[in-house]
Amino acid sequence: MAKTPVQFRLNGSDKAVFVDGGENLLNVLRRGVGDMSAKYGCGQGTCGVCTVLVDGEPQLACLTLAETCAGRSVDTALGLSDGPNLHPLQTAFMEHFAAQCGFCTSGMLMAAKALLDRNASPTREEVAEAISGNICRCTGYEPIINAIMDAAAKRGGGSNREQGHARV
Amino acid sequence: MALTVKTFGSMSEAAAALASDRTARFISGGTLLMRAINEGDTSIGTLVRSTDTGYRQIRSDPSRVEIGAGARMVDILANRDLAFLHPAARIVGGPAVRAMATVGGNLFAGSPYGDFTTALLALDATVSIQAAYGGAQQMPLEQFLQSRDRSSGLVTAVTVSRPASPDAFRFRKVSRVKPKGVSVLSIAAHLPATGGRLSNARVAYGAMAPTPIRARAVERALEGRSLDAAGIAPALAAAAEGTTPATDALASAWYRREVLPVHLRRVLLGETG
Ligand SMILES: Cc1cc2nc3c(=O)[nH]c(=O)nc-3n(C[C@H](O)[C@H](O)[C@H](O)COP(=O)(O)OP(=O)(O)OC[C@H]3O[C@@H](n4cnc5c(N)ncnc54)[C@H](O)[C@@H]3O)c2cc1C
Ligand code: FES
Ligand code: FES
Repeated sequence: MAKTPVQFRLNGSDKAVFVDGGENLLNVLRRGVGDMSAKYGCGQGTCGVCTVLVDGEPQLACLTLAETCAGRSVDTALGLSDGPNLHPLQTAFMEHFAAQCGFCTSGMLMAAKALLDRNASPTREEVAEAISGNICRCTGYEPIINAIMDAAAKRGGGSNREQGHARV
Repeated sequence: MALTVKTFGSMSEAAAALASDRTARFISGGTLLMRAINEGDTSIGTLVRSTDTGYRQIRSDPSRVEIGAGARMVDILANRDLAFLHPAARIVGGPAVRAMATVGGNLFAGSPYGDFTTALLALDATVSIQAAYGGAQQMPLEQFLQSRDRSSGLVTAVTVSRPASPDAFRFRKVSRVKPKGVSVLSIAAHLPATGGRLSNARVAYGAMAPTPIRARAVERALEGRSLDAAGIAPALAAAAEGTTPATDALASAWYRREVLPVHLRRVLLGETG
């Protein structure tokens, strides 16, 4: 079966890959371009560990037909940090022990980023809603919600460490 | 085995491509179809896509709203004119599912999915279909749902009338996990009243049959009645009539029937909780 060329932007860089017909974006990220940050959990849309942003919106990479990403921007957890400088969400996840086994973490980070990009000071309920499609079997969610609230507070609270970042 | 993906600029070309290939399926948001492909559904050989911009468009005027079948739940939620549909769009999956799941795909979602379609059914929606060859046709949603498994052709849009007043349209999804959880059942009701008496109420259930259904017995029992405990008693007694819910991992058929009148009462009396 013929492969189809697909070009898209991944974390700000142009990528061109050949995809199989019907291949999902998660496969293309992990096997095609070697970005292993989005995980494979269920392949059914239920667990959220494959959450990435497509043109800024959270999507489940396992259910996204790769060809629909042609010409679009995909952001993954791999693009969050700026060299050695972690993204404020990553720092907050560390400080609040929001990652135990870490399998859900990249999906949680991207779901949280999607929220904070639209809503800089969310309520606790809004945070819970934003990660409601992401399952965590370790933390009991509270540390994750605390971390996201803290990242929002620090970002909105006059800290300017964000300003040097190209993509936030 | 890799599939073939065919992309078309217009819905009529997509409809023709679909009709010419028995293994072809139309992909809209893909939340159900990609899941089937990931699970190894070998009956699917070709995916047909449309990049027709009209497929996603929402057009509204003071009395009616036409929603392109490709509009996603987030598109509904971003449209202030569609506030009456927000409660039904907001409860479809989590944020990522809502950024993918379309109105058109929801019409085909098997029970216990189809919450948004349940709301459309209570609003007396009409489905616009692009036939494989030739023209477009329109069909009441209720009729469409009865024949959807055999339907060829593509759904291009659904059209609904606005509710008589904001309070006249109510929607409730019952799930075990909040805020995101699959439906135990859902209920939508359009309850127009004159002088405190209901006339032409429309009540629809999700997850109480293989497709969303109208609750005809409830609608009849509400005719001319008022929305108070005494007025709705006959409707509650008839709540489960005509339902054939499934037993699944979320609830047994018995449980669904048992809790249905409780939630119907809350919808009709405007109670929360
Ligand atoms: C984690 C998760 C949670 C979910 N939660 C809910 C929920 O709470 N409530 C709910 O109702 N659903 C839920 N769903 C199911 C699903 O996401 C929705 O029903 C959605 O609206 C389906 O639309 P889609 O565009 O993704 O469909 P697709 O997967 O693209 O298509 C589904 C089917 O419909 C056909 N089809 C789609 N569009 C057309 C068209 N225009 N013309 C003809 N045929 C068409 C396709 O060929 C396919 O057979 C959930 C799914 C997941 C993965
Ligand atoms: S792997 Fe995509 S949602 Fe679980
Ligand atoms: S940290 Fe293990 S699943 Fe969330």
